Amino acid sequence: MNWQALRTIFQHEMARFWRTPWESLASPVVSTVLYFVVFGAAIGGRIQSVEGISYGAFIVPGLIMLTVLQQSIANASFGIFVPKFAGTIYEILAAPVSFIEVVLGYVGAAALKSVIIAVVIYLTALFFVDLPVAHPVWALAFLILTAFSFSLFGFLLGIWAKDWQQVQFIPLMVVTPLVFLGGAFYSASMLPPFWEGVARLNPVLYLVSGFRWSFFGQADVPVAASLLAVAAFLGLGVGAVWFIFRTGWRLRA
Amino acid sequence: MPPIIEVSDLSKTYASGTAALSGVTLDIREGEILALLGPNGAGKTTFISILCGLVKPTGGAARVGGHDIVRDYRAARALIGLVPQEIAVEPFETVMNTLRFSRGLFGRKPDDAHLEKVLNSLTLWDKRDARLNELSGGMKRRVLIGKALSHGPRVLFLDEPTAGVDVNLRREMWAVVRDLRAEGVTIILTTHYLEEAEEMADRIGIIDKGRLLLLQDTAKLMHEFGRKRLIVELAAPLAALPAALAGHGLTLSADGTHVRYDYDTRADRSGIARLLAGFAEAGIGVRDLETEQSSLEEVFLRLVEEGA
Ligand SMILES: Nc1ncnc2c1ncn2[C@@H]1O[C@H](COP(=O)(O)OP(=O)(O)OP(=O)(O)O)[C@@H](O)[C@H]1O
Ligand SMILES: [Mg+2]
Repeated sequence: MNWQALRTIFQHEMARFWRTPWESLASPVVSTVLYFVVFGAAIGGRIQSVEGISYGAFIVPGLIMLTVLQQSIANASFGIFVPKFAGTIYEILAAPVSFIEVVLGYVGAAALKSVIIAVVIYLTALFFVDLPVAHPVWALAFLILTAFSFSLFGFLLGIWAKDWQQVQFIPLMVVTPLVFLGGAFYSASMLPPFWEGVARLNPVLYLVSGFRWSFFGQADVPVAASLLAVAAFLGLGVGAVWFIFRTGWRLRA
Repeated sequence: MPPIIEVSDLSKTYASGTAALSGVTLDIREGEILALLGPNGAGKTTFISILCGLVKPTGGAARVGGHDIVRDYRAARALIGLVPQEIAVEPFETVMNTLRFSRGLFGRKPDDAHLEKVLNSLTLWDKRDARLNELSGGMKRRVLIGKALSHGPRVLFLDEPTAGVDVNLRREMWAVVRDLRAEGVTIILTTHYLEEAEEMADRIGIIDKGRLLLLQDTAKLMHEFGRKRLIVELAAPLAALPAALAGHGLTLSADGTHVRYDYDTRADRSGIARLLAGFAEAGIGVRDLETEQSSLEEVFLRLVEEGA
């Protein structure tokens, strides 16, 4: 294990985040506020409460998950796609490192950024609603594992993508719909039975549900199923990355 | 001393089917400057890329410092610095930071004093806080050299270091390379220019179509390239060369109309003036003169035939 290299990559990626703190943090905060205005104030005025929780508070975990998924994928995919695109990746490929240092460095940094943004969103939400966290340790665990898993997917996306369109296409066409349909802004139990069944096929539902449970102690699906889903995402991502570095797929000719 | 790099039967066929490298075998001596010369697409970059870990070989093996480049890649790569053919830098990074990053990637502890030395040797110290997108192309290339040297490699690969570099900078770069060699760093560089290889290298390898055609001490190779041939067309055919002209090593053509004279352009005197004076003294009329230089291919063939 080349710890120095791991630290170097990690710090290098985090430096990009702090170099433009405004862009890094302001945009998630602004969109959170917008969601509160639209969902909390406009729609929340009619829905009032979901399963005994004020609608404004109810949407926060889903909102955080939405942002964490988007930011993790975006950060990690750009983090590796930019060097690939610009050609600077040669240095990483020629360095005495294995996929472990590279992945932990890039993915770890992308995940940490998402977690920081999640915390900032949570703090922003506190200005609007009363939001106690029932199981803080679980909340943090779900947050970190989700951020890491989806940063892994972002990393894979960045390696797979051959152009900028592809980097932007997947988050837009796959992830955002999955999150919206994953019960970010409603409870799956509010859906008609057929659609509830469909929603349960959406893996993101399990993440949102588990995360929401850690806030309110209530969930759409059993917490164990949510944990299993997170573990599955993580396992899938790690396996795919391991395979890529073993074979050099899209990285080494 | 064992060779610092041992390459045996190294081959690469890309997924596209291009056989870019076909069974290259060579040893590179510690501390030497080896120039790889060859036309576009010869396989020079492929060769370097395999040794550095950017491209996977499809056949053969190689060791750097005794470490297999595939099985023991960490130890092998730790010894290597690479300056790629294409300039690729992070535009918003500063010169100093990009060197720090490279050093860290190779697992070395931060050492700004070493980086200062490297930047000084490349006359980049003044630019240490400049962003890379503010630098000229030649400066960027030097930054890439700096990155490659940031971790103190024992082997430095320079893939066309002087492409797009002006004459002054080229000389500066040569000076840097010589200094590195004086420190004991082994240097492998590629170039399209024979003069550059001659100027820099202890040995020259010629690659074409993925094959190493020859590997030769520079002095010996240049001697071959230095041969030139003068063809003298005579005003009237001769039955035999007059005795007065013996000793010039002349050959008369079968029909007696031409005389052939081989000489070395690198010798102090070519002997042409003396030869022509000899013709005049012997009363032999000269109609025309023509010179021929051995082509690259002829030199290849000659050297290969000589079992070099
Ligand atoms: N990634 C790749 N995929 C497929 N073919 C490749 C790849 N890289 C190089 N080649 C092919 O391999 C051959 C050797 O290329 P290489 O870049 O090694 O040549 P070179 O000697 O460095 O040439 P130049 O002097 O132009 O830099 C060429 O035919 C090239 O088209
Ligand atoms: Mg090349």
